[in-house]
Amino acid sequence: MITKSIMIVGVGGQGTLLTSRILGGIMQEAGYDVKLSEVHGMAQRGGSVVTFVRYGEMVAEPIVEEGQADVLIAFERLEALRYAHFLKKDGVLIVNDWRIDPITVVTGAAEYPENIIDELGRKHKVYAIDAMKEALALGNSKTFNVIVLGAAAKHMDFAKEDWLKVIEKTVPSKTVEINQKAFLVGYES
Amino acid sequence: MAEKKIMLGNEAIARGAYEAGVKVSAAYPGTPSTEISESIVKYDEVYAEWSPNEKVAMEVAIGASISGVRAMASMKHVGVNVASDPLYTASYTGVGRGLVLVAADDPGLYSSQNEQDTRCVARAAQVPVLEPSDSQEAKDFMKFAFEMSEKYDTPVIVRTTTRLSHSQGMVVLEERQEVPDKPYERNIGKFVMMPGMAKGRHVYVEKRMEAMSEDGGGFFVNRAEYRDTSIGFITSGIPYQYVREVFPEASVLKLGMVNPLPRKMIEEFASKVDKLYIFEELEPVIEEQVKSWGIEAAGKEIFTRQGEYSANMLRRILLSEEVTEAQAAQVPARPPILCPGCPHRSVFSVLKKLKIHAAGDIGCYTLGAVAPLSVIDTTICMGASISSLHGMEMAKGKEYVKNWVAVIGDSTFMHTGVNSLMNTVYNQGTGTVIIVDNSTTGMTGHQDHAATGKTLKGKTVPAISIYHFCKAIGIEHVVEVDAFDLPLLEKVIQEETERDEVSVIITKAPCVLLKGNHFPDVCVPVPEKCKKCGACLKPGCPALTKKEDGSIAIDATMCNGCGLCMQLCPFDAIAKEPK
Repeated sequence: MITKSIMIVGVGGQGTLLTSRILGGIMQEAGYDVKLSEVHGMAQRGGSVVTFVRYGEMVAEPIVEEGQADVLIAFERLEALRYAHFLKKDGVLIVNDWRIDPITVVTGAAEYPENIIDELGRKHKVYAIDAMKEALALGNSKTFNVIVLGAAAKHMDFAKEDWLKVIEKTVPSKTVEINQKAFLVGYES
Repeated sequence: MAEKKIMLGNEAIARGAYEAGVKVSAAYPGTPSTEISESIVKYDEVYAEWSPNEKVAMEVAIGASISGVRAMASMKHVGVNVASDPLYTASYTGVGRGLVLVAADDPGLYSSQNEQDTRCVARAAQVPVLEPSDSQEAKDFMKFAFEMSEKYDTPVIVRTTTRLSHSQGMVVLEERQEVPDKPYERNIGKFVMMPGMAKGRHVYVEKRMEAMSEDGGGFFVNRAEYRDTSIGFITSGIPYQYVREVFPEASVLKLGMVNPLPRKMIEEFASKVDKLYIFEELEPVIEEQVKSWGIEAAGKEIFTRQGEYSANMLRRILLSEEVTEAQAAQVPARPPILCPGCPHRSVFSVLKKLKIHAAGDIGCYTLGAVAPLSVIDTTICMGASISSLHGMEMAKGKEYVKNWVAVIGDSTFMHTGVNSLMNTVYNQGTGTVIIVDNSTTGMTGHQDHAATGKTLKGKTVPAISIYHFCKAIGIEHVVEVDAFDLPLLEKVIQEETERDEVSVIITKAPCVLLKGNHFPDVCVPVPEKCKKCGACLKPGCPALTKKEDGSIAIDATMCNGCGLCMQLCPFDAIAKEPK
């Protein structure tokens, strides 16, 4: 099988690392070779963060480069726009319809672009989800990232039951139920 | 079947040390090395500690090795500078049992103040360097490093980079092999480095390096992969993966030992390929040596010395490929910032108001250099805030530093700030030092240190009091202030900077990301009172945004309820509500 590439992008502090652990878990269960690459340290303090996930029979490079991503999972609109050019021509973009102003916008040095999702939709296959709204409806705003993952999982080659099993293995036992629920909200959206 | 696990490069390094029977591990946290200690602490058979700095960590490991057990120290690349004093001489003494230093370089500067290459330090110190290319190798090379250390009587550096340390890959787990302690024997010719003994050891050091270069062709970590011989690459570490990705048919000499170089093996490989490339991140360490042997190769004239490499970089340079049709969209930058509720923001808002300059240090508070806070003027290295402020004063006089302070965190103060402060006291500086004490090592992800009262193993111990330390070295004016008490902070900073004596202000409030540290409320705007003056927006809290009509919105999912914006509002237009 040809190596497949997934990217998770967001704002430091949004919990991209949990999502990548679940992704890594499901690929390992399926018997693939997997490499994940993450950002730790300073960028985690509210900066733009990226996680790369690659899987296949034998994976060499641990990062995903421009024009190579099969799936781009974005936890925030501006970050979707920033990394959209990493997508393959027929790649799929799942974006959380959520805005976090970067400091450059807060200070007035830059403007937050309008109509990002419409713009991206002209060039790519885009699926937007208001995961924060769904997470608040579930009673836990922190679950939004697993909701987005659920929405992305629909476009990947793994069974729903396998995802739920991996979530059970990956997250702390107290939060298994809420995370599985959150995943299904995204998966069935 | 052997257990397979997805492991971070750093976890795999820790696992390798564990399987090799390591008994002592010492470190100071630093991205990208921190998770090595955080992983190794989980193995009960290993004693693991946070030391106050890398020099101490290295010396702890050296002592353990001399006493006869396998030991390691781990640190980021700039930490190796701090540890270089013991490292250079441990190269001469050699070891008792195996001694490994894990050095984590940061090509691309994801979280560092420079892009230095540890291989250069290793060449100068005459110690061998192993460089793995993935998590599995990270584990395997650690085990080999301990064997090599004992066989050749040398400390061994295992060099990782951010990309390796923070990438996860499959690792096959093996059992731990207990290594019997080596009985201690007094040997001053080997372990007391006074000139007479060191002269002899220097001779040994050079013989040892020659022997490793000679034997290197037989080490499993070095591997010649012959495929199409019209093109050949000499490479190591993560760049090896990029070569395999782009040129799966090319021949590759994959060096696992990058110092000393296995010369014969390299000469043989070079003679068998038509066009030779040397593909190494950062400095031309392999290239300059190989070229000095009269071998023709392409290297840094086409590949940069800066930043991280990639497969697309190889495609662009060697295949002249336009790698992507889609161009990156022009979007506003999103640099890292202080978190909502961060106590540093509160301290900086006062310094900004008073128009005071700050000599900064290494930590989250370095982010106070950029807009909108723009308070930090200098950042050099761990501990430099206090000593560089002292240098300014000695150069320009005490009046000059009355609108300056040094800003340093609690962990950085314990690391090397203490030395700098002793210097200010001794040489009668009058500067003002603000220790922004958030009870943790924040930037690297919350590690304990000598002033937090907890060890890496989780044991509760007496916390060293920063206040009493300052008092004990003879500083009369040491003031502790709540970091969120703006009026008092302002008053204290004004008083202490005016004073013709050294003084220390310890601003206290735990890091807002520390577990169990939550403000009970969130801040909410009171729209009818808002005069749209923008005072609350000045310190740049990311939870606050200006709406189109000029009034403000507070994102309840981001706000941590510190109340800084509320204190800054002159019109009571921000209130607190329970979460």
